[in-house]
Order: sequence, then C-alpha cells, then structure tokens
Amino acid sequence: MPVVAMTVNGKPASADVEARTLLVHYIREQLGLTGTHVGCDTSQCGACVVHVDGRAVKSCAILAVQAEGAEIVTVEGLAKNGELHPVQQAFREHHGLQCGFCTPGMIMTAVDLIRRKPNLDEKTVREELEGNICRCTGYHNIVKAILAASQEMR
Amino acid sequence: MSNAAIGEGIGQPVRRKEDFRFITGNGHYTDDIARPRQTWAYFLRSPHAHAKIRGIDTKSAETAPGVVAIFTGKHVADDGLGGLICGWTVSSKDGTPMKVGPHPILAVDTVRYVGDHVAMVVAETLAEARSAAEMIDVDYETLPAAVALAACQSKDAPQVHPEAPRNTCFEWELGNKSETEAAFAKADRIVKLDLTNNRLIPNAMEPRAALGEYDKGTGTYTLHTTSQNPHVARLVLSAFVGVAPEHKLRVIAPDVGGGFGSKIFIYAEETACVWAAAKVGRPIKWTADRSEAFLSDAHGRDHLSHAELALDKNGKFLALRVKTVANLGAYLSTFSASVPTYLYGTLLSGQYDIPAIYVEVDGVYTHTAPVDAYRGAGRPEATYLVERIVETAARETGIDPAEIRRRNFIRSFPHQTPVIMAYDAGDYEASLDAAMKAADHKGFPARKAEAEKRGKLRGLGFSSYIEACGLAPSAAVGSLGAGVGLWESAEVRVNPTGNVEVLTGSHSHGQGHETTFAQLVASRLGIPMEQVEIVHGDTDKVQFGMGTYGSRSGAVGMSAIVKALDKIETKAKKIAAHLMEAAVEDIVFENGTFTVQGTDKTMPWAQLALSAYTAHGFPSAEIEPGLKEGAFYDPTNFTFPAGCHICEVEIDPDTGVTRIINFVAVDDFGTIINPMIVEGQVHGGIAQGIGQALLEHGVYDPESGQLITGSYMDYCMPRADDLPSFNLGFTKTVCPSNPLGMKGCGEAGAIASPPAIINAITDALGIRDIEMPATPARVWAAIQSRPRAAAE
Amino acid sequence: MYQFNYARPKTLAEAEALLAKADDPKLLAGGQTLIPTLKQRLAMPSDLIDIGGLKELDFIRAEGDAVMIGAGAKHATVAQSPDVKKHNPALAALAEGIGDPAVRHMGTIGGSIANNDPAADYPAACLALDAKIHTSKRLIEADQFFKGMFETALEDGEIVKEITFPHPEKAAYMKFPNPASRYAMVGVFVSKGPWGVRVAVTGAGQNGVFRVKEMEDALTKSWSPDAVAGVKVPAKGLNADLHGTAEYRAHLITVMAKRAVAAAG
Repeated sequence: MPVVAMTVNGKPASADVEARTLLVHYIREQLGLTGTHVGCDTSQCGACVVHVDGRAVKSCAILAVQAEGAEIVTVEGLAKNGELHPVQQAFREHHGLQCGFCTPGMIMTAVDLIRRKPNLDEKTVREELEGNICRCTGYHNIVKAILAASQEMR
Repeated sequence: MSNAAIGEGIGQPVRRKEDFRFITGNGHYTDDIARPRQTWAYFLRSPHAHAKIRGIDTKSAETAPGVVAIFTGKHVADDGLGGLICGWTVSSKDGTPMKVGPHPILAVDTVRYVGDHVAMVVAETLAEARSAAEMIDVDYETLPAAVALAACQSKDAPQVHPEAPRNTCFEWELGNKSETEAAFAKADRIVKLDLTNNRLIPNAMEPRAALGEYDKGTGTYTLHTTSQNPHVARLVLSAFVGVAPEHKLRVIAPDVGGGFGSKIFIYAEETACVWAAAKVGRPIKWTADRSEAFLSDAHGRDHLSHAELALDKNGKFLALRVKTVANLGAYLSTFSASVPTYLYGTLLSGQYDIPAIYVEVDGVYTHTAPVDAYRGAGRPEATYLVERIVETAARETGIDPAEIRRRNFIRSFPHQTPVIMAYDAGDYEASLDAAMKAADHKGFPARKAEAEKRGKLRGLGFSSYIEACGLAPSAAVGSLGAGVGLWESAEVRVNPTGNVEVLTGSHSHGQGHETTFAQLVASRLGIPMEQVEIVHGDTDKVQFGMGTYGSRSGAVGMSAIVKALDKIETKAKKIAAHLMEAAVEDIVFENGTFTVQGTDKTMPWAQLALSAYTAHGFPSAEIEPGLKEGAFYDPTNFTFPAGCHICEVEIDPDTGVTRIINFVAVDDFGTIINPMIVEGQVHGGIAQGIGQALLEHGVYDPESGQLITGSYMDYCMPRADDLPSFNLGFTKTVCPSNPLGMKGCGEAGAIASPPAIINAITDALGIRDIEMPATPARVWAAIQSRPRAAAE
Repeated sequence: MYQFNYARPKTLAEAEALLAKADDPKLLAGGQTLIPTLKQRLAMPSDLIDIGGLKELDFIRAEGDAVMIGAGAKHATVAQSPDVKKHNPALAALAEGIGDPAVRHMGTIGGSIANNDPAADYPAACLALDAKIHTSKRLIEADQFFKGMFETALEDGEIVKEITFPHPEKAAYMKFPNPASRYAMVGVFVSKGPWGVRVAVTGAGQNGVFRVKEMEDALTKSWSPDAVAGVKVPAKGLNADLHGTAEYRAHLITVMAKRAVAAAG
C-alpha cells in the first residue's frame, strides 16, 4: 500500500492508504476528522470541500495519493487560536445553516471565494455556489452570511 | 435582568446554540461514528422493476475477501422477523380496509421496484462488501412492470401485489357526495382542471445511515440511525418487526442532516443492520450513497387529479369535487396511506367557504419506490389543486384573482369545513393585503409593459394557502385510522445547581430546537439560555416521544414543555412558600426570583433549586425532595397556519427560462418564539416549493421502471442561482388550541409556493395549465403551441 | 472503486514509459471526470498514471499570433491568465464557466479534450478557434481530433501536451446549461479569425461537438446576430431526453449562436 504524507490543518499526517482511497475517506476515517461530509457520489453537492494548497477542492473527487505533499485545511482547521474565522462567525450570525450537513463545504467554499473575489455581490455569490447544494436554507441566509463575511474581511 | 433584556426573550432572534459544533466540524452524524471491530454492510438491490427470484447463489461471494456474512430474505424469514408496516389504516368507500401486500426486509421471492433489497453483504470494508455483492448470482425471471400511474388500474396492468386487484390499495372518499352533486346541478358556472402533482425525491443532504450493535452480555441492541422519530422506530422494530423487545432496544438519532419527511419512516436497511449485528457479533455500519438514496428513500407527491369547481353568477364557490389517483409505490411505507387521504382531502376547502366538497382518492401500487410524506405531505397537493382551480376560475369569470379570493374567504371562526377540519382562527384578507402591498401589486402592469419592451413575458401568481399541522389530537387521528397517538412528551429536570435539562420527544434535524426550546424554558424560569440543555433523540434518555414531522414540534412539543414547566413552577412555589414561611398563593415567580407578595422576602432560582435537593426540613407528607416534572401534551385541535404567497416571474420566450423576480410570502404562524429560525424555515420551504414547480421531477422509464433521475446529473436540485432572495412578512392571529398560541412553520413554504409560481407562469404565457416542473423545455414548448393570437 | 496501481511520474517521458508497459492504464490529470467515473465502478483500469503534477505540462504563454496552453493547465488558471484574457477573452470566459469553482481548481484542459465528453465546453472552443493539439507523438488539428462521443484521434500511449489557440478577431461562447447537471445542454462557440468564421456546437449532438456550416456561411456573408437568427439546425442527430426534445435543442443552437455573435461584437 502506498504511504501518503501531507499536512492537515498545520500538522503532518502520514499513513498507508490503498491507492483507491478518496481524500475525503482518508480525512474522515483515517484521520478521524469527520467535519468533512459526503453528500453525493457524483461530485456535485460540495459537502466535502476542503482546501488543498489554499484552494477549494472537492475531496470526493481526488485520491488521497494525489494529495501527497499537499497542505490540506478542513473545516476543523479554520478557527485560529480558538477564534472563529469570520466566515464561520457570519454563518452563525446570519443563520446560514440549519441541519449543518452541507455547512462545512459551504464554509470552505465561501472562504475560498472571498479570497479570490473580495468584492462580492449577490449575483456572484449565487453563481459561485453552483457546486454546493443545501436543502435546508433556500440559500437566502447563506448568501447573506457570505456577503457579510466578505464585508467584514475587506 | 429579564431574558428579554439580555436578548433571549420570546420573540427575539436568538442565535442558535447548536451552530458552534456545526460550523467547526464537530457535529456528530451517524456516519461519523466508528466502533471497534465495526463491519460494513452493502445492500444488493434489484436491477429490475418487477421480477421473480428463482434463486440466489451467494457461494462465491461468501468466499470473497473480507466477507463476514451474507443475508438474504430467507435468513430473515427463518428468524421469524416480520415485515415493515404502514401505521395508518385507510378504508375504502365500501368499508373494506386497504389492501396491503407484505413488505419484507429483504425480498423473498419477488422484487417490486428498482432498488428493492435483495441481499445484505457484511464485510470488513465497504469496498469489499460491494465487490462481494457483485459476485452474488441472482436468477431473476423478469416480468412486465406497472409504472405509468395513469395505466396501473387497468385490468391488464401487471400486478404489484396479488392482495390488491387492479393495483388498487384503497378507494377512499370524503365529504358529502349528494350535496355536492346538488350544488353542481344549480351552478351558473363549472370550472374544470386536470392536474399532475409531480413526484419528488426528498434529498436531505445527509444520506440515510445506520449503525447496529449488540451487547451479548446484556442482550441489548443499540441502533444509531438517521431518524426524525427514534421512539417510533424502536416501537415498530420491536412490536411489529420483532428485532428485540422494546426495553432491550435503544435507538439513537444523533445529529441528523435534514429529513423533510424521508427520515420519519422505518426502512429495511437500519432494520437489517441492527438485527444482523447480533448474528455476526460485531457492529454493522451502513451509509447510503446518493444513488441508493435516490432509489430507496421514500419519494413524495405523485398525484393525478381531476377537479371541478361550481360557482354562482357572482363568483361565489358552491361546491368542489375532486378525483385523485395517488401513487403509493411498490409497498406501503410507514405513513403512506394517510398522506393522500387525511392529510390531503381534509384541506380541500382551502381558505374558502365552500358549502359542499366531495373527494375520491384511489391509492395505487406501482413498481416504483414507496411514496410517503415529504415536506407538507398531502397539504401541498391539496393547496396546489385549490389554488390552481381558484386562479382558473378567476380567469374564466373575468374576476380579478384577488377579488375572487376575497369574495370566498372564510371570515368567522371557528369554521367547520365539509371535510372534517374545524379552523380555529385566521385572518386571510390581512395576509392577502400585506402580500399584495409587499409585491407592489399596483405597479405590476407597468413592470409587465417594461418587460415586454425587452421581449420578456411577466406574470404574477397568487397562492392563498391554509394547512393543518401540529399533528395532532390523538383522538382525532385515531378515529381516522392512525395506529399511534400524536401527543408529545417533555421532562424538565432542574439540577441542584439550578441549571436545567429538558428532555423532549421532538427531534431536531435542522429546526433549531436546542435554541427555540431553550429560549422558551429560560424565559419562563428567568435563567440564561446557556443554563438550559435540550436533550433529544435517544430512547435511553428521553421518555417516549412521537418525533418531528408535520410542523408539530412547536405547537405540540413545546406545549408539552410548557405543561411540564407549569408543574415545575407549582412545585417550586410550594417549596418557596415553605422556605419563606408564606402561603403558596402569595408566592410570585418572576424573572428567576420567588417573592412573597407584598413583602421584601425573595429567593433566587438557584437557591430554590438547591433547597429542593437538600430538602432539609421538608414536610415529607406534602413536599417530596427534588425538582423534576414530566408531561404528556395532547392538543385539542390541529393548528392552521395560513397566508398568502405572491410570485412574479419573467420568462425568456427564446429559451423558456423562468426567472423569479420577486417572491413574497406573508404567513400567519400565530406566536413566534424565534423569528430568525422561523424565517429560515420559510426560506427552505419556499426553495423546495420552487424546486417542485420549476426544477425537480422523479421520473421512471414507463416501460422498464428504471429510475431515470437517479443522480444530481438528472434530478434537478435547486442551486443558489436558481433562487432569489425571499421577501417575507408575517401577520398574526393567535392559535387558541395550544398554550403558546403557536402554529407550525416548517412546511408552509413548500405547501404554499408551487401554485403561486405556476399561476404566475400561466399568467405570463396566457395559458390554462403547464405541468410541474415547468422546465425551460416545457415552457418553450408551451409557447410554441400557444394559439397565435395569444402569442402576439 | 476497484483496485488499481497508482504512479506519479516526474516527467512526461516517464509517464509515456509507464503508459506503454501497463496492462490497461488510464491517465489521471485533474480527475474531475475520471474519479467520479471510478467511484461509480464504471471503469476498471489496471493502472492510474497521474500526470496532474507534471510541471512541463503546466504553462500558458502567448507567442506570436497564438496562446499556447499546456495540457496540465487548470480551468481556473486559464480563466485567470492575463495572456488568455488579453488575446482570447472568450476562451477565458469559457474556462470560468466550466463546472464549479472546486472543479475548476482541479480539472485540466488536456483532460477535458482527451475525454471529449459530449457536453464538455473546451471541445467547442478548440473546434471553433482552429486549435492545434500537440501530443507526445504529433500535431493534430482540432478538426481531426474530436471523433464522436468520448472518442478522439488519440492513440494508445499518446498524451496531449499542449493546445495552441491562434488569436481570434472576434469570438464568444454561449452556454445553455442542463438545469440538473449544469453541463452544456447546448453550447455554441462562434469565432472569426485567420481561419475564417467558425461555429462549433457542444452538448447537443449525439456524436459530440460539431460545426454548423450554414451558420458559418451566413456569418461569413454578414457577421451579425440577425445573420444566424434565421438558420435552423435540423433536429436529427441531436440528443433528446427529459430535459428537452431534439427540436428544443435545435432551437437553442440558433438562440445561443445569435447571442454569442452579439456578445462577440
């Protein structure tokens, strides 16, 4: 079995994995970081989005071995020194989550979006969320939260 | 300081207590749990809609790497396990009970839909279980399938169950046939409409999952599962399926990632996992992938209806008659018989004073996945029918759509409809007026003209809806065929240090109970919310409970908490009176302090709580130590949320694309505890309603019975850019049927919105009807087939 | 997913050698189509050869009258490339509209065209922009490259290295996404350049991307939205499914072509 080594939330992690192991399963089952979720099997729902080398990636559409040497950040690694990331804060403040299942992927996508496009408007946010499905919120408050966070971080 | 002063009072938008764990990735969903020596289950499913099983050869699969055990229907039957049940019995017009075919956990000799469960493989890893399943050789004799709903009752249609000739499970009726016929005979105008209510697939983002365990030492089973009602699951699994006695079975529904009805039901997979855990002596985990969810979660809606509305010359409704064929799928799911009957026919009066109503519903088996409650359950179908035919009547009579509604609104309460329901309170004109104002109804003609200049078509659609929720008085549902009572329970445990645990039979899977319930309790006791913990979802912790569905957790679940709090206050006052040497009648409890009226003697909550447990000097005959009270609350009536949704659309005639320009929802939910959470519920409901109206459709191939929309590649889930931001408003009439005056808010959005959208589209296009979902292709085709005059 | 061997070569040469000696290998670039396919157990390759990290395939440069894009360039990189934005803004915009942001961070242009999904966007750009596809073995004209649904002129062991896009004078891509999958239901790329006028359609055809001669002729005569507005594409040979009839798709080709010409200016 290949050995794969990467940095996850700032800490080195290495393990034997089958080549066919998806990054999301490695993160959830071998590292025990269950905040990253699996909501579909066609790589469309975005519940599994993590950051690989600073960019949002669907961890269900990448093998763990492909992430060899990469810097991974999951939702568990977003808060720094006990302080929530502004996007996390905004999701709570604006009720951008209900059941919480799509939330980690939404938050990781939103952080990446604000990094790429600091000046957001509602239309852009909605378009950029194409790869993240939420069944609870109707997106209304997710969009509000992301816009508020982008303001906050400006 | 009062709770209101610190922003935690009733009616304040308190931020959610549960959010911290979800935004930091610390939620605990079923699939997040891992047990030592855990195995994985994979279900081999039928690739055919209808086939006889001549034989199942598992020999080579059993020797595949990692395989622990393989179970088939024979093993389940040999162990004496019963099948899955429908907990609601509906009778036909002739008085005969519905005709029920058996619903085995694993198929025995016949498969009845694509996705039906054939075998369970248990292996060391999921990949190994799946690979072994591919090695199982099933000898199928494929048979023709009954798929297209309209054709399934014909004599020569393939039969789903021999018990139900012509695939007809029941032929139900409600209302007064002769009065209705008489009203039609004297009508000035009869408006007719044929309607399809499209099949939907629920798609909670967390797929269903189960983890079954067996403790050999105690003989106890534990099932972690994605359930909206763990106690009901335990009851069914023990009393009907016979997995284990109730007291030897613990069911835990931890964090659950959305339900929308689909997680009410007791399914084959969790049943098999907990049963087989004892057989293999190891924990068994199963998590559906999305493809399995599409195939095997209970679907929603799927009606064909013909409706006729009789009017007098002034546009006053005289009578409504309806004939509906409802798809039940291949097996009756847990509550499926109730959905197209008592949750549907009873709402056909809408907000209107209709003197006579008669509805007939045929419940029909097909070779498709079971159909059961999905957000709204029956009420969206009723609302769609009523609001579409009312709109059609407005157009045919030339009466303005708002005006025809006003002429027919019920205006005095209580109001007994001809279809069981007794509406207790409401002000339908208030919500219509507020919605029209918010939608700038007056400015619509100018906006339409402006759009026309750009080559676009604008339309406006109304939906004045009512629904019945807060399910419901046990006596009422019992008389209608329910196998359970629909009360709710609560227990309030005051700890010696004054903080409080509230155990509730309601289950939160996104609704924010940990916040709203805590807000109620904290306000009542005058303590900060952080000192209140809401406990739910575990049959070992919580006394019996009926769970969350039918928008019942506020009206019923919170009422049970109020009742328990009443008892807490009564006892606490007794203790306070004893400690402060006063008469009980003189004790006042306010903002967390007990005061002897007219004196300066006070006692804070925390001190009283401690005293309740030290119990020094209590007159033991009169006051027991401790402070813990429980209550079971059974409501006196359903609650009747109502309101008005108005949708404005703009259609691009070149592509058929419909954009929602403005969506206004004005709802009357009675008392609101947390407006932020209520608004969130409305947003989500509307999104699912827009999904039904414009995007979502569960489609089977009519010949093969294959599910064509089996993934997000073909089943169109609403995305952020499909939807607008919503424009919400509230009106308020207090519900007289529960102590808080609350109505339900969880389903209203999904119930109200589809007809508003379709009314807007048909208005824009000048056509009578368009089938849901009104996809761009359908809208474009409708434009092509419009009469030329209408097109120009 | 079935089991497979995984290799991450450091050079293209090494990748070619691995490809030659494996039983039933598949190249893995960004994996945004391949990994979901493997997850569904719809393919069972013996070996995955991961060329996603090959530096020699990851470049974008403008030289002379063309932009050269390495096969390993990710959609997001193409979308943001100053060279592409300057010389071929229609191509940048197309890349910005592929899949969703997370897909664009992994998916590559080489992977997209080598897979030739009938609903992919890049094939339309290649065909309409007269692109040259450089492989490890030869140069293939875009017109010769796309051979039908999921089929290309690529031979076993051949790896796409670079795609050369000559600068267009005018170009635009209009996509009508499938409401569910968001892949192109109909995507029309129109262009005018040294090659004349081209109109390429993706998503709609049963055999993948194709050119519409009648529209090209009409636009050659007069480059205006009205010129294509009257050109009807026959419904025969177009896809039909629950998202739309062949007639609807045929109609959308005209609408999207008209809008693309208008956008191209």
